[in-house]
Amino acid sequence: MLDLFTEFFRQVAEENPRWNFIFFYQEIQAGKIWKGIQYTLLLAVCCVVSSMVIGVLGAWLQRSKSMLVRASVQGYIQLFRNTPPFVQLLFFYFALGQLTPTYSPDGWLEIPIISNVGWAVISLSLFAGAFNVEIFRSGIEAVPDSTQEAAEALGFSKLQTYRYIVFPLAFRISLPALNNNLVNLVKTTTQAFAIAVPELLYQCVVIWNDYPSAQYPTMLLLFVVYVSMVAVLVFGMSRWETALRIPGYDH
Amino acid sequence: MNKIAGTLAMLSILVSSTSAYAIECNNTVWNKIQANGKIVVGVKADTKPWGYRSSDGKLIGMEIDLAQEVADTLGVELELVAVQSSNRMQFLEVGKIDLMIATMSDRLDRRKIVGVVGPNYYSSGTNIMAPKALKITSWNDLNGKPVCGKQGTFYNKIIEERYGADVIAFGGNAEAKQALRDKKCIAWVYDDSVIAGDLLSGNFDDYEMPLASEDDNPWGIAVPIEERNCVFGRFISGMQFNWHQTGDLIKLEEKWGIQSTAYLATQKDQFADWLSE
Repeated sequence: MLDLFTEFFRQVAEENPRWNFIFFYQEIQAGKIWKGIQYTLLLAVCCVVSSMVIGVLGAWLQRSKSMLVRASVQGYIQLFRNTPPFVQLLFFYFALGQLTPTYSPDGWLEIPIISNVGWAVISLSLFAGAFNVEIFRSGIEAVPDSTQEAAEALGFSKLQTYRYIVFPLAFRISLPALNNNLVNLVKTTTQAFAIAVPELLYQCVVIWNDYPSAQYPTMLLLFVVYVSMVAVLVFGMSRWETALRIPGYDH
Repeated sequence: MNKIAGTLAMLSILVSSTSAYAIECNNTVWNKIQANGKIVVGVKADTKPWGYRSSDGKLIGMEIDLAQEVADTLGVELELVAVQSSNRMQFLEVGKIDLMIATMSDRLDRRKIVGVVGPNYYSSGTNIMAPKALKITSWNDLNGKPVCGKQGTFYNKIIEERYGADVIAFGGNAEAKQALRDKKCIAWVYDDSVIAGDLLSGNFDDYEMPLASEDDNPWGIAVPIEERNCVFGRFISGMQFNWHQTGDLIKLEEKWGIQSTAYLATQKDQFADWLSE
């Protein structure tokens, strides 16, 4: 069965000089694609999770009594929302990368403690996190003051009000916008290509540079993988949205 | 309906680029150049001294001089487009550029996609730039070590498979060299002639090119593949032939401070005019 599959694509490549699906019949190339998919998934999962943590924390700190805290959250949002993620990546990896401690296995190499994959996760999470803070804020602001006052009257502390009353409601309101931002984030992981993170786009470009005949098939593969990844994310998010629905609390 | 038309158009583009060999010449690009009075040439912007940006942001270099000569000979204006190793063939294929002079090694698989025409105007081998402190003496020293490179060069795969190096490929040379300076890799793998140029620039005094160059490979100027055996291809062949015969390429090499290559000298002898003294 597998032989038939590889033989078919070998044949296709022979007959069509531009449709060489090399990753379907050559083990080395298939390995590159697989490694690329793993890194892309790793980036996507880490960034989605940590950007949401940043969003929740940021939105909470935005309600802080201290001017300083509120101002620094605002500063963070402005800085990361208003600069291109590509520039942030390069800045983090090349500029901040210089300041992090390194270790040396052979006396010359200075391997930074934070690898390029690490920097990609940090920088993309901070980028998407800035948007998430604003998304959660819009949700929080949509929760009526009367609800908060009612919670207060029932003796909830500020933290408890946020945790048990405001945030759960706000989160439901924020989900559609959050969904959009996370979809965008998954697609933005391709920019880690710039700092040589061996994710899917990187591996695909390597393959089509080594085998120009494989360019269209690799581009096709990129589309298929990203469409499926985003589909899984969107499916999961909408399931979550349904599961969290409170009857009567639809807007 | 529109959707169907769009799909059909897409398909026809795919099919048309699949048929590599046109039977007759319609000289589309050649005629376009004449009609517009302008030729669009794809050159490098990050490969000193072949194609790079001067301090005022203009593209200059040896290959830009060649492009200028092509335009002057045609009597048309020159428009330069900066291309990268990883997109130069695609730019030519989709018609974003009419001609590509972008330090491209002439390889068999590339000839199936773009119309490389001879005689090759230059040749270089693969080598590395490495810190003197490391005292690298053989290609095998790269085994299992991180080596910086650039996306789109043909030898990344070769040094990975032949010597077991772990190539970290960046989009451009600037990033690759920065990573070497930052000690993220033990060497930068690239064309020997480019490395020689960088070593002379004074910015890399603690670095050397310690190995014997490998895989010497001629470079190719490319026209769209349909026009390889038509007017445009023939014309570019003639330009290159002439550059070899007159020794213009050797002069340009001197002008841009490139270490002289034996390749150009032998080519000049080979194409020498038998009637000249």
